[in-house]
Amino acid sequence: MTQPGILELLSFGPGGWGNILLAGATMTILIALSGYATGAVIGVFGAWAKVRGGPATRLAADVYTTVLRGIPDLLVIYLLYFGGSAAISAIGHFFGAEGFIGFPGFLAGMLAVGITSGAQHTEVFRGAFRAVHPGEIEAAIACGMPRWLRFRRIVAPLTLRHALPGLGNVWQVVLKESALVSITGVAELLRQSQIAAGSTGLPFDFYLIAGGIYLAISTVSSAVLHRAEHHFSRGVRRS
Amino acid sequence: MDWIFLQETFVSLVSAVPLTLLLAANSIVLGAVLAVGIAVARFSAIAPLRWLAQAYVFVFRGTPLLVQLFIIYYGLSQFPAIRHSLLWPILREPYWCAVLALALNTAAYASEIVRGGLLSVPFGQIEAARACGMSRFMIFRRITLPLGVRQALPGYGNEMIAMVKATSLASIITLMEVTGVAARIISESYRAIEVFVVAGAIYLAINFLLTRLVQFVEFRLSPHLRQPVAVLPAIIEGEAH
Repeated sequence: MTQPGILELLSFGPGGWGNILLAGATMTILIALSGYATGAVIGVFGAWAKVRGGPATRLAADVYTTVLRGIPDLLVIYLLYFGGSAAISAIGHFFGAEGFIGFPGFLAGMLAVGITSGAQHTEVFRGAFRAVHPGEIEAAIACGMPRWLRFRRIVAPLTLRHALPGLGNVWQVVLKESALVSITGVAELLRQSQIAAGSTGLPFDFYLIAGGIYLAISTVSSAVLHRAEHHFSRGVRRS
Repeated sequence: MDWIFLQETFVSLVSAVPLTLLLAANSIVLGAVLAVGIAVARFSAIAPLRWLAQAYVFVFRGTPLLVQLFIIYYGLSQFPAIRHSLLWPILREPYWCAVLALALNTAAYASEIVRGGLLSVPFGQIEAARACGMSRFMIFRRITLPLGVRQALPGYGNEMIAMVKATSLASIITLMEVTGVAARIISESYRAIEVFVVAGAIYLAINFLLTRLVQFVEFRLSPHLRQPVAVLPAIIEGEAH
């Protein structure tokens, strides 16, 4: 039997795995993006709780970030996937459905990635908010801006600018973490590579290709983030 | 609350802790050795060595650990040359594949931390060592490395915690460490929340102890930042006489 070359494996025609891997890569980006967005929303509220919250909300936010930074992400995925399935099955039984109902893997993955990255987002936003110079907020108060306007025009843009490098790091982590979602059977990049590896008997080639695609996604996104950083730091004097 | 179930879960999860610790310890030690080598290569005067180290860090930080683990565990067995080589008894074992993947991965991250630490050593200190007539290797051993390690320790502590968390991936290649056992219990009992709480508490405890350990080492390594406690009054007293 002749070994097919790597270009043959990647081709989009019959016998090639190009379209399947491309679909997987798209799914990976979708999971990472939706998980990242979920995490960002959690992070904004977490940071707000840590900066402005009372003792109870601050404690809750502290417990959340400490716990999520101390336990493996895989455990969170198992919790949401199996726990979600159990919960949905229970609800199904209540309405008279029979047997086991699976929790959608995509939703479990998105929530798991969101909850774990939310802890990192919280710290990034909190640190960035601390970096906003108090004088700028004071100046806004002196101009008579109401609270919401102050947040929208001064605090949010400045915090975002300071947060951008940290947000880029979180994105890279989220992208790699999305590979763990493959255990729930979602047809993302690693899962598709597993299928391709299984049916061709070429695990090395396909996992290497998957690694290459991850590397390409992370390289492109880091270039985009770098440009964004540059763009939003216009008007900042560098010594 | 089903205390009996919690207790049973705790007992079976605790019996998996040694494997988690062993995986973490082995990969951290192996990874640290590699990391120092890579960090030194990044400073090398030989350009290809620098490029190689840079490429290594880029590749291993840019791809998911799970992909690296799959390449080593499933991928390498594709080649008959490896299956018939002397390394096969090691590469056949999921345990050693996991250690290898974790070590190679942490080496890339840790090398950047070590590099930052080495860069933070003030040039004056190295100059002083040169003025004392120390050889290059001795300067590295006595001045650069100890000072750099002290600087790098807080960042390295985070990396060690990340490694403890990363050992959970070994469960995907059939190793029954804490997450592996937890997943088995969850899929048998469908009581995800209870098992999650117990397993999470175990990981938190491990990481809490690890953080404390790093803090202790950091405290021991930085005597210059501490107040000399009882010595000072004695001297002043002595001078008063």
